[in-house]
Amino acid sequence: MPDLLSVKNLKIEATSYPPGEPPKTVTLVENVSFDVQKGKVLGLIGESGAGKSTIGLSALAYGRGGAAITGGQVLLNGKDILTLGRDGVRTIRGCKVCYVAQSAAAAFNPAHKLGDQVIEAALRHKIMSRPEAEKRALYLFKVLGLPNPETFGDRYPHQVSGGQLQRAMTAMALCPNPELIVFDEPTTALDVTTQIDVLAAIKHAIEETHTAALYITHDLAVVAQISDDIMVLRHGKTVEYGTTKQIIEAPNQDYTRALVSVRQTKREEARDQSNTLLNIEHVSAGYANGFKVLHDVSMHLPKGQTLAIVGESGSGKSTLARVITGLLPPQEGKITFDGKELPRALSGRTKDELRRVQMIYQMADTAMNPRQTVRDIIGRPISFYYGLHGAKKTERVRQLLDQIEMGDRFLDRYPAELSGGQKQRVAIARALAAKPELILCDEPTSALDPLVAEGILNLLMKLQEETAVSYVFITHDIAIVRAIADSVAVMHRGKLVRFGPKSKVLSPPFDDYTDLLLKSVPEMELGWLEKVLTTRRMESAGN
Amino acid sequence: MRLSSIPFSAWVGIAGITLALFCALFAPWIAPYGERDVVGDIWLPMGGDFLLGTDNLGRDLLSRLIFGARTTIFVALAATVISFSLGMLLSFTAAVTGGFVDQLFSRFNDLMMAIPTLIFALVVLAVLPQQLWILILVMAVLDSTRVFRIGRAVALDVAVMEFVEAARLRGEGTSWIIFREILPNTLSPLLAEFGLRFAFSILFLSTLSFLGLGIQPPAADWGGMVKDNKDGIIFGISAALVPGGAIAGLAICVNLVVDWLMKRTSSLKGGRGDA
Amino acid sequence: MTGGGPLTGPALTTGMGAGGDSPSQPAPASGAMVTPTTGVVTGTFWRRFTLRRPLAALIIQRLGLSVGLLFAVSLMIFGGVEALPGDFATTYLGQSATPQAVENIRKDLGLDKPLTERYLNWLGGAVKGDFGTSWASKNSVSEQIGKRLGNSLFLAFFAALISVPLAVALGMLAVQYRNRLPDKIINVISLAAISLPEFFVGYLLILFFAVQLGVATFPATVYDSMGFGERLSAIALPVATLVLVVLAHMMRMTRAAILNVMSSAYVETAELKGLSAFRIIAKHAAPNAVAPVINVIALNLAYLVVGVVVVEVVFVYPGMGQYMVDAVTVRDMPVVQACGLIFAAFYIFLNMAADILAILANPRLRHPR
Repeated sequence: MPDLLSVKNLKIEATSYPPGEPPKTVTLVENVSFDVQKGKVLGLIGESGAGKSTIGLSALAYGRGGAAITGGQVLLNGKDILTLGRDGVRTIRGCKVCYVAQSAAAAFNPAHKLGDQVIEAALRHKIMSRPEAEKRALYLFKVLGLPNPETFGDRYPHQVSGGQLQRAMTAMALCPNPELIVFDEPTTALDVTTQIDVLAAIKHAIEETHTAALYITHDLAVVAQISDDIMVLRHGKTVEYGTTKQIIEAPNQDYTRALVSVRQTKREEARDQSNTLLNIEHVSAGYANGFKVLHDVSMHLPKGQTLAIVGESGSGKSTLARVITGLLPPQEGKITFDGKELPRALSGRTKDELRRVQMIYQMADTAMNPRQTVRDIIGRPISFYYGLHGAKKTERVRQLLDQIEMGDRFLDRYPAELSGGQKQRVAIARALAAKPELILCDEPTSALDPLVAEGILNLLMKLQEETAVSYVFITHDIAIVRAIADSVAVMHRGKLVRFGPKSKVLSPPFDDYTDLLLKSVPEMELGWLEKVLTTRRMESAGN
Repeated sequence: MRLSSIPFSAWVGIAGITLALFCALFAPWIAPYGERDVVGDIWLPMGGDFLLGTDNLGRDLLSRLIFGARTTIFVALAATVISFSLGMLLSFTAAVTGGFVDQLFSRFNDLMMAIPTLIFALVVLAVLPQQLWILILVMAVLDSTRVFRIGRAVALDVAVMEFVEAARLRGEGTSWIIFREILPNTLSPLLAEFGLRFAFSILFLSTLSFLGLGIQPPAADWGGMVKDNKDGIIFGISAALVPGGAIAGLAICVNLVVDWLMKRTSSLKGGRGDA
Repeated sequence: MTGGGPLTGPALTTGMGAGGDSPSQPAPASGAMVTPTTGVVTGTFWRRFTLRRPLAALIIQRLGLSVGLLFAVSLMIFGGVEALPGDFATTYLGQSATPQAVENIRKDLGLDKPLTERYLNWLGGAVKGDFGTSWASKNSVSEQIGKRLGNSLFLAFFAALISVPLAVALGMLAVQYRNRLPDKIINVISLAAISLPEFFVGYLLILFFAVQLGVATFPATVYDSMGFGERLSAIALPVATLVLVVLAHMMRMTRAAILNVMSSAYVETAELKGLSAFRIIAKHAAPNAVAPVINVIALNLAYLVVGVVVVEVVFVYPGMGQYMVDAVTVRDMPVVQACGLIFAAFYIFLNMAADILAILANPRLRHPR
């Protein structure tokens, strides 16, 4: 069978123009080749900066920002679309090849109705008449499981939810009956329970319409559910390219193996439940405008252990962290720390109370002052809480850098000169510098690539063994919970759904929400999506 | 920061500002004649003994231009420094304190800004006695409303960053948060804003003087010199354009430097130490 | 801002009449219109209205804010001036003032009455269009302003008529050739142009066109019996000056507004749909760029209203600006206050128009959930 899309020796470069300096050219993608057959799905996977989106857009002969395709061929049905010229390319885009962006919210024009935008490409390329296109849009809305498909097209982008927008974007790509669709991380911005619906809808729609696809993501478990072949990318180069089965079950390269086996480690939970460090009792909290975010939440954490708080966006898990720190004083309930009730507000707490609870943020970028060096960032808590200065302070900073597995040479670097993982390590060192008893970790790994995240988690575990510090670990990722938690709290819409030792919380019988949450997390297993969908269908049939 | 990374346009700006400052500082030594000396006929053409000609009273135009640099730059700079200090102090206080203080300051600022600056100045100067310090103060207070708005926006941008929250959680005091956490991260945009306000002050002072409400004769200042010589225009005498050109030139130079500062700010992602 | 309601009511008569006449318009108008922010008419009615018609609610709020601002500005212009040091009677009489003469003149000018009474009289008169009598000329201020306001608006109107299309066109040109030579040239020239004082531009034009070439007239005098064509040729140079002054600002802001829209994700989506360049601009960029551009225009028109002051002085043009500057030099307070209030009113009105247009153009508000 002839290939629908055949990419040969692709090279993509980007030129930037820093003011006052000569232009800089960086190679984004080099020597990448792959083929996609009719009706097949190829998954492109890699961490940020791997060049996967750039490669995906090359199928539309498009370079984002300053990126330009400088070498190789992109053959669509045997014809090189790179040689088509400005007008020729227009006959490909939105007609033969369509694109689904990561953020549908930004990709839809706020000024027009969804329906008009969905059928626009089909009309403009004279593929169908308006009634035909509207009929097809309606059909696609139904296939994708959108609510009220008849009237869905009359709404404006801001009037529907994020998950619905992402499906509408898929409908927009499918509408002109393209031969190939490029999906660029279409579910990354969604919550897990929404992600599975959108994923199922996309898979169903692709099968139904026999469209080929390039599916770009950083989540191997997701791509395993949807693609026939997988290409693993790193730093703009191919690491491994093979069938999904081979990549998942018998990877050839170390990097791929690491990706597949990431977070397979499961830690045994601590049994000792005495010696409570933190006790949260019947806490309710909300904002000044009367909007209540937390309703009667209670949980506790023993010394030297990890409490994972898991939930989706809007579950109130980050708000709970703000309540513990005193940034948001609770309206009801109390928080006891080491047997003593903590003052509600930050301003009422003593320096020592503040020292004993430290925090690590999701975005290390914004959590560190860009104008301070690593020495200043880690050194400040040392001089602030312990009054150490000069050589003694530097000595302690060196010691901490050693603990986080970074060396002296980072002392005088600025945050902008560190990688994402290194920044998060420095943030951990800053928290450790206060010698705290509790560290609140607010999704510290969710902005990092999987292997880097793994390193951070291992570091946190090592530090817990060394210093007996306790963690409250806020996350949306069940895999992390399995890996590091001793006890688990599941939160949903500001309420505590389930709380207890990990072994109890993560095993049946489940309440409805925990069940849904656990089943929604993609697993690195072929056919997982079908399995979940079947059980779901059976359950709904049984009801 | 390397000198070679400064673009040509910014060098032009820096050179122009340096020249003006040099004139202002050393006026009595470099001016060929006295500031108020009548040395020749009125409106003599350029060249000869008088490089730029003479003005409506027969004073040397070049000398007055050099002395005028002194007055114009001093008054504009003083007004800018005061307006900046005032605006920054109030805006940072508002941004860090928040709540009622912020609301009070911001609403009052909105009210002040609802009246166009020039109209406001005209109304106020109609009442107040014509004295230099009053003029500087009026300019400063009116301009500080603009500084307040920018300062508050910039400070709020930084104040919601997590590293400021981290400092607060550590238990740091307000002054540490303002001077060590927020201020270093706002220097670049604020420096550009200072330049912008300075350029505006030069233009504003010149406009007031031109309307006869700024610096009072016989002291030389560029705006006033335009007013003195404007009647010559009908006879084709360009004496009024010389100080006018000086004003425009200085303002352009300041703006060129500001333009470069702003571009530099926006390209400084994450703000690496540029010291 | 208590008392804003009754005092500022008359300014809104037309709007309230329309609202009250039609039964289909639920009486949002009268009561709520003036005081949504002050909290006098809050309660469930206003909240329900805000939810049901967010667009109307926002616009009413913005109108109310402007009326409140105007009222506060009138207080500042009158009260603030009175509070500042300096006795008008003494100024009025100059150095030769005897206590008796000062006393007489104070009585003459009504300065002996209490401040609030004078303010209320002044504001009441101002709302009816009566600004009292000039101290210097003993003429009615309103009569003088009436003629001159027309002249100033005539000038500003033609300046706007030329500068707005020119600025938008140049802004679009700069976007089209972004980071290429035409854009860079426009950038440098406009940067220089915003640094030029109005009087410098004005005299430069006079020297060149009126004196050396003799193709334009100076001074730009206009009088009642002048024909339309004559008037136009008289204001050619002042209009040119105003255009040059306001053009650079407007162009730079237009460029920024359009660039902002062109770099958005939905324009990329349109491009990836294979649409023609024309359709991308007309259908996808324009509806979103119109609002910011109109906003830019309204803001610059506000600036234009103030710009006329200096230009009128330069060209000896009989408008409001020159009238005000003359009054300031002789400290003729009734004239200064009247002109100040009218200039501020135009400025506030145009700023409000800019905001309301921005609200109207926001699809999120036009089509609530």
